[in-house]
Amino acid sequence: MINMNDLLKVDHLKTGFESDYGTIVSVDDVSFRMKSGETLAIVGESGSGKSVTALSMMRLLGTGSRIMGGQVLFEGKDLLKLNDQEMCDIRGNQMSMIFQEPMTSLNPVLTIGYQMCESIMIHLKQSKKEAWASAVEMLKKVGLPRPEAIMKEYPFALSGGMRQRVMIAMAMSCRPKVLIADEPTTALDVTVQAQIMKLMKELCEESGTAILLITHDLGVVAEMADRVLVMYAGQVVEEADVFTLFEDPKHPYTQGLLKSIPRLDSDDDAELESIPGAVPARYESIQGCRFYNRCPYATEKCHAEMPLLTVTGKDHFTRCWEAQRIEGGVEEVAYE
Amino acid sequence: MLKYVIRRLLIAIPVLLGVTIINFIIMKMAPGNPVDMLISPQIPAEALEAKRIELGLNAPAYVQFWNWFTHLLQGDLGYSMVTYEPVGKMIMSRMGPTLLLMGVSLIIGVAIAIPLGILSARRQYSKLDYAAVTGSFLGISIPNFFLGLGLIYVFSIWLKILPSSGMVTLGGNGGFVDILLHMIMPVIVLTANVAGRNIRYVRSSMLEVLEQDYLRTARAKGLKETLVINRHAVRNALIPIVTVLGMEIPILFGGAVVIEQIFSWPGIGQLTMSSIMSRDYSTIMGLNLMAAVIVIGANLLTDIVYALVDPRIKYNK
Repeated sequence: MINMNDLLKVDHLKTGFESDYGTIVSVDDVSFRMKSGETLAIVGESGSGKSVTALSMMRLLGTGSRIMGGQVLFEGKDLLKLNDQEMCDIRGNQMSMIFQEPMTSLNPVLTIGYQMCESIMIHLKQSKKEAWASAVEMLKKVGLPRPEAIMKEYPFALSGGMRQRVMIAMAMSCRPKVLIADEPTTALDVTVQAQIMKLMKELCEESGTAILLITHDLGVVAEMADRVLVMYAGQVVEEADVFTLFEDPKHPYTQGLLKSIPRLDSDDDAELESIPGAVPARYESIQGCRFYNRCPYATEKCHAEMPLLTVTGKDHFTRCWEAQRIEGGVEEVAYE
Repeated sequence: MLKYVIRRLLIAIPVLLGVTIINFIIMKMAPGNPVDMLISPQIPAEALEAKRIELGLNAPAYVQFWNWFTHLLQGDLGYSMVTYEPVGKMIMSRMGPTLLLMGVSLIIGVAIAIPLGILSARRQYSKLDYAAVTGSFLGISIPNFFLGLGLIYVFSIWLKILPSSGMVTLGGNGGFVDILLHMIMPVIVLTANVAGRNIRYVRSSMLEVLEQDYLRTARAKGLKETLVINRHAVRNALIPIVTVLGMEIPILFGGAVVIEQIFSWPGIGQLTMSSIMSRDYSTIMGLNLMAAVIVIGANLLTDIVYALVDPRIKYNK
């Protein structure tokens, strides 16, 4: 069912890495959709496949990894079927991306101006002069002081926060329809984090850009997101709008995550909850639920059979046998 | 930057002095002297003694060094003890052929190494990569004299298409084509060496750069792969190569000694060899000083070029 409102639809995406032990599937059957202007957050711990999902969508995976199946439909076009030239026309233009590491994401031997103008000249077909002016304009928008001078600087002269602002300016310079932000503030100072998030949100609202925000910070999710996708061991385990998710999480993993946020209003001697255990290694060989070994509600069924992502409420999907039982066994499979 | 260069040049003075003193000591410790090398049954002992006094070899060693050094300060490298030509003039006349040989080999070697190293890194573990790495290994490990003699056997003795020695045909009137034909084999040997060494450097430097985050950023901006490589990767990969190329100049001067001997190329290397064999003290000292100047100069040049290609490096002092 293709909904015309969908700007982006990821359908049964599966990505794996070649290793000495064979192919390791790190993104397994991930599906979601985004409307234009919407902010979708993907939450999960390290190794849950969030970043690989984003890189697969942009087709920026490194050597040794490959997309094994699924579709990434952007305005109805399957990005995975485009040739290299068509993909280059979309990257940085209609879909752009910001990365986790601002310190290493800019080329050390090229000036900020050069790196800014490059994509503007390619995508918007502007002359060098026009591109320079637009780049200065963008640097102003991201709140960098003395933008003209910064254009002539090399990245080493800027701090991490400033570099991330440059990255945002670069990503937003062609007014993309989708901005993928892969943990954009993880490497930054806490005080700078909030500023960067706010800036991203404002710029995207102004240009109607949808944000795919990848993070493990639930505080950021609550602040920014419209909808949330919780990933665990390469799979989506729960999807809901942000209010529902925080008020009524269905999956025991999501519940655990929410309980493990430290709260300012809790008692001084209250112990911070945590989810026991760790993400299983080589999880693609697990037959049952991948959260089985850490789940407080685990049953025989969970061990034997993998739950599907099923409807557990209005626009609320959960991959859990227990949640299904409580919700009265709604067996409708999401996105099928 | 200018201040930095001046400071480096000033530091070079004590270094050069130290190098010449050490050279002098080692040279004096070697058995024999220019006069001993002339010994033959026909020459009477008195004549040899007269010769020693004439060349100043009977004076204490430090006096000999002091004489040489004071002349050097006046820009005079002295006279050869064997040919009686001024050492400065001898070195200058041999410099041209050596620079020709080395310059051409360096340019061709680098012109092969950089593109091949880059290509090899981009297609790591491909057939081309294996071929390039193997070729580079052969280039490094085959000794110059062996490759030189092999080439002479094939092209001069067997196929008879290339001259085996010299820079021009004896009795001929030289000319561009003649010199070119004489150059082919020594250049092949030196180029094999230069390319062999540098393919590996370029390849490993490029492999490192290909892993960098900023290349992913460049791709995410929608740049075509050729632009990503040529604009964003290659410049970064070549920064460490600058250092390696700087070291290449002294290495080539060393290599010239062997190669010029094999191909009788009338350059610095041959002069070095013959002056050592005849214990021509003044010429040896002159050549050593030249070698030290080249090493120091190449290092300084490397540092200057480094600052030009890498914006992160600035010399303030």
